[in-house]
Amino acid sequence: MGNITRRHLLQGAAGAAGAVAAGFPHIWIKNADLAQAAGGNIKVGVLYSLTGTTAIIETSLNQATMMAIEEINAAGGVNGRKLVPVVEDPASDPATFAEKARKLVIGEKCVSVFGSYTSASRKAVLPVFERYHNLYWYPTLYEGRECSKNVIYTGAVPNQQQRDFVPWLLKTFGKKFYLIGSNYIYPKEENNVCKILLKKYGGEVVGEEYVPLGHSEFSSVIEKFKSTGPNVIFSTVVGDSVVALHRQYKAAGLDPAKMPMASLTTSEEEVRAMGGEFAAGHFTSAPYFMSYDSPENTKFVAAFRKKYGKDAVTNFVSEPAYFQVYLFAQAAAKLAGSDLTPPTIRKAAWGQEFKAPEGLVKIDGENSHTYLWPKIGEAQTSGQFKIIQQSSEWVKPDPYWAYPGQVCTPDGMVERKS
Amino acid sequence: MIDVFNQIFSGLSIASILLLISLGLAIIYGTVGVINLAHGEFVMLGAYAVWFLESQFGLGLYPCLVLSFFIVGALGWLVERLVIRRLYGRVLDTILATWGLGVILQQAVRLSAGAELRYVKMPEKLSQAVSVFGIDVSSYRLFVLGIAILLLAVTYLLIFRTAFGMRLRGVVQNPEIARCFGVNTSQIYALTFAYGAGLAGVAGALVSPLKSVSPDMGTGYVVDAFMVVVVGGVQSLLGTVASAGILGELSGGLAYLSNDTIAKALVFLGVVVLIRFRPQGLFALRVRRG
Repeated sequence: MGNITRRHLLQGAAGAAGAVAAGFPHIWIKNADLAQAAGGNIKVGVLYSLTGTTAIIETSLNQATMMAIEEINAAGGVNGRKLVPVVEDPASDPATFAEKARKLVIGEKCVSVFGSYTSASRKAVLPVFERYHNLYWYPTLYEGRECSKNVIYTGAVPNQQQRDFVPWLLKTFGKKFYLIGSNYIYPKEENNVCKILLKKYGGEVVGEEYVPLGHSEFSSVIEKFKSTGPNVIFSTVVGDSVVALHRQYKAAGLDPAKMPMASLTTSEEEVRAMGGEFAAGHFTSAPYFMSYDSPENTKFVAAFRKKYGKDAVTNFVSEPAYFQVYLFAQAAAKLAGSDLTPPTIRKAAWGQEFKAPEGLVKIDGENSHTYLWPKIGEAQTSGQFKIIQQSSEWVKPDPYWAYPGQVCTPDGMVERKS
Repeated sequence: MIDVFNQIFSGLSIASILLLISLGLAIIYGTVGVINLAHGEFVMLGAYAVWFLESQFGLGLYPCLVLSFFIVGALGWLVERLVIRRLYGRVLDTILATWGLGVILQQAVRLSAGAELRYVKMPEKLSQAVSVFGIDVSSYRLFVLGIAILLLAVTYLLIFRTAFGMRLRGVVQNPEIARCFGVNTSQIYALTFAYGAGLAGVAGALVSPLKSVSPDMGTGYVVDAFMVVVVGGVQSLLGTVASAGILGELSGGLAYLSNDTIAKALVFLGVVVLIRFRPQGLFALRVRRG
């Protein structure tokens, strides 16, 4: 008994000591400063899961990131200094994400980290980046409603994916929408935005439903499609459920020409898994499709296939994972070597523009999200998307679009206007 | 009225998939007395067998159904000979061993075939809907229902109308006495385990065009299969059928009235309450265990 008590006491003391040490973050930052000024190379972290449940998609993000780093180094680096990637595998586990982030920030003294696919993993690393004033570059489209001083967001937020999409669907197919999503925060926030747009343009929600993550039995859901007769099925279902939903939709004899699925989450990767014949005729809204015709994209796809095999697929998450490294390099190039720290990089990143595969993108100087080019694609039996419509201008990111009166400020604060 | 028919069919379709995946488990659990937590991985292997045969040899789904039965069945036989046989009568140890086996199989597939979702083709003729009694139903789901009934009939005949089945029933009632009458119990166990595994393989092959194929797909199926077996009562073929039917219609109906998340929770709640008051399940046979 006495032994156990003593052990507990020791643990408590160690914990307290840790808390005290962690309470003085500036000590670490000073060290990071010195390390960067001394070394010729620039260390950056690469934090995507190479194992675990989301390994497939995150591996493609890792590949796109590494390719960009290699290209930048081959072209002479940043003012002659090479980027040195430090790759960690957080194994699709949020707790491991936090642990590896700590290692990259404190141990390796990286000045920025590129990482994360899921919102859960991003939320898990946020405290690390906020405490040590480091910078995280997040490439995935997400639900918005976040405003951190320590993140640069290069994926789409709801207003960018939906602003043109919902009115187009209403005009083309009709006003009755059925909202179906997986049961977590992303689909719910997207549907909030969708409902606001439907109200504005005179649409109508005939059903709203969330299925458990990994759900694969959609017969009841399909019965509800049949009995409510929507004009559009607005889908934010993710992962393997996307595949099951599309297959069972077609097997039940439903017709995409009359009741198409309009998705924010179905990319070339999912289409490949379900088979093009099940995806054909359905729509996705995203800033990037592999089939998009631009010189930058042709180059991107060719380089990606050359490096990772002729069947390799690029998608709307791997494209931002690629271009955000260039945005980082441009920001770093603006700074003299001695003051290359995460806060100065962040400041230098604001307003940076880059000709990405999807078009010219820019980091917003207020909310640190990115101006993007929304497009509407129709899936083809070939597995690629045919681009039906694209925005005539870049769309400003507004992570608090659905929450009037709230804005994200450069201080990483949400301000409420009365 | 159309809605009601639609709903009954949709419940029936869920029930047929439940029956397919739980039939093999019921037989293994009921006969060999092994709680096989790797059952979901046998289902997964069946699906991967189809994917492999289809992508490598260009075979269609129909020959794959037969082949996946034999491939996964052979693997089941091997597992029984190498692992399970040494653990008879040690229920807790078999739970751990089969769970470990499941993890190994899952990772082996992940390492060899890759972690990405795999594509299995649906036969052209079955990928459309047909009209039955005035309602449009998926012809593939009808096909699955048909195969489920067929396999049920085959299993019934095997157990109640063949010499093997008679020995099997003897072993289930009392292995010692059966042995005294010259029944090779060890062989019966091995073949039964292989048969149960083979059924899981067919189930995996059948669901693969309708759902998605990934290394961890078995995890969900094993839960469903155990639920069916527990509700139906161990060792009762009739119980398994009835319980698959009830659970299928129930989860389909509840999902239609509310949503899939709530339906799942309610069905689990119902099962928990049921086994609190009827731990032996709905249709338990009274037999002695050796």
